[in-house]
Amino acid sequence: MSLERSEVEGIAQLARLKIEAADIDSYATGLNNILNLVDQMQAVDTTGVEPLANPLDAVQRLRVDEVTEANQRELFQTLAPQAEAGLYLVPKVIE
Amino acid sequence: MEWEVVIGLEVHVQLATKTKIFSGAATKFGAAPNTQACAIDLGMPGVLPVFNGDALHKAVAFGLAIDAEIGKRSVFDRKNYFYPDLPKGYQITQMDHPIVGMGHVDINLDDGTVKRVNVTRAHLEEDAGKSLHEEFEGMTGVDLNRAGTPLLEVVSEPELSNAKEAVAYLKKIHSIITYLEISDGNMAEGSMRCDANVSIRRPGDPVLGTRCEIKNVNSFRFVEKAINYEILRHIEILEDGGKIVQETRLYDAEKDETRSMRSKEVANDYRYFPEPDLLPVIIDHDFIEQIAATMPELPDAKSARFITQYGLSDYDANVLAANKTLAQYFEDVVATSQDAKLSSNWVMGDLSALLNKNNLETAQSPISAQDLGTLILRIKDNTISGRMAKTVFEGMWDGEGAPDDIIAAKGLKQVTDNSAIEKIVDDVIAANPEQVAEYRSGKDKLFGFFVGQAMKLSRGQASPGQVNDILKQKLQGE
Repeated sequence: MSLERSEVEGIAQLARLKIEAADIDSYATGLNNILNLVDQMQAVDTTGVEPLANPLDAVQRLRVDEVTEANQRELFQTLAPQAEAGLYLVPKVIE
Repeated sequence: MEWEVVIGLEVHVQLATKTKIFSGAATKFGAAPNTQACAIDLGMPGVLPVFNGDALHKAVAFGLAIDAEIGKRSVFDRKNYFYPDLPKGYQITQMDHPIVGMGHVDINLDDGTVKRVNVTRAHLEEDAGKSLHEEFEGMTGVDLNRAGTPLLEVVSEPELSNAKEAVAYLKKIHSIITYLEISDGNMAEGSMRCDANVSIRRPGDPVLGTRCEIKNVNSFRFVEKAINYEILRHIEILEDGGKIVQETRLYDAEKDETRSMRSKEVANDYRYFPEPDLLPVIIDHDFIEQIAATMPELPDAKSARFITQYGLSDYDANVLAANKTLAQYFEDVVATSQDAKLSSNWVMGDLSALLNKNNLETAQSPISAQDLGTLILRIKDNTISGRMAKTVFEGMWDGEGAPDDIIAAKGLKQVTDNSAIEKIVDDVIAANPEQVAEYRSGKDKLFGFFVGQAMKLSRGQASPGQVNDILKQKLQGE
């Protein structure tokens, strides 16, 4: 399996990564190497093996439904580029 | 041309837990923006989700209520996309191993028949925050209080054939979740939201038509209108020789139309993969049995009981049982009145009409079930007539007191003394010789006139039943 340049551009768009046109070929090579490794692994016979959701042999613990988190809005909003009236402000996302 | 409509619904139910699905932040509705969004909800580096056991509990209860397979092992996945109200850049949801598998609900159709609608699955996921696009010039405000609120997404099979069926299905889901008390079901506050997938095809066509998804409709009425609009839009396009474009659309209630949601997204590819921060959720038989043991009587069972225990019609039983509080109110009225038929008439008639008119829930009724039961008792023991009861009922609604006090205060005692009524009837007959002659010569319709006169003469206090009987006797008498 081999990735086209257009697929590399699509993946970058989905990941919101800005990549230079000149670098696309080298990204394609790198990603193709990863896919080749996956191909190799897929050659292993896994008939009857349950897909693994997590490598730890453990079960999810459940939390009691009690409020443990206090309001720390002022602290968190010092990290935000812009906040107003208690809201985080971001560049407008719809026209 | 004839078309067959195919509708599937995705219902998002906010589970009424005290805290988020993966954090200990509160979930109260209406808090000041971002005061209930903790480091986990904000997706701060290094935080880890911890699963809320009560959300699991509630999801399993729903699964049992719709007779579904419960996933003994369920797995969380990441659904990746970028939007400011989703700070982590992914939503934790369930893809291949949902907590609730295939189940079903039965809906009551207008023609009295019952239709079984299969539910494909119901899975747990986290809600996103809210974006406010209007208030800031060139900016979007983000409130993350809702981010991480537990949602149960209930997905139906595409088995609904018109907007009315879709609404009946939605109402049934609403009824179930409020019976189970796993959600407050408040649609205006977004506790239950609905996406509708709509397509049409020629009857008999084995292939489904191209569907459009109408997003986030938040009332029963709008769901019906949005679907009907969408069906007509599809028919128009296809009959003009056009093609339906698969897309997501938004319903605009003000204009009563759906509109394409233009998205900047080039491709919708959520790249699901197992959530590495959470382990598989394993539940055993005992866990399920414990929840099964605490299940309340559900709407279908209650409706069936109302039919056998109280002799109600299917329709009356369904209407009363659809709402848990209304059903309880009705049973409380019957406990006092000892008359199921009269009780259901008053609860579904006068009481429901006034509650609806004043936009009140059953729980907010100014008339207690016991008082309404007493009122019905006074009709039954002939203290007051049905018409007087309406006056007393209005007095009760206006807070004038208990039924017996109102009856006394307004002097509304019904006259049931036979000799008194006979006297009235004699007076009416004596005063209207012409009408009496006409009646006796066959003009039966005049009977109502005499009843009216007699009631008027008694200032509305004579027992209408007795007036009828005595009038009939005396008019025929000679």
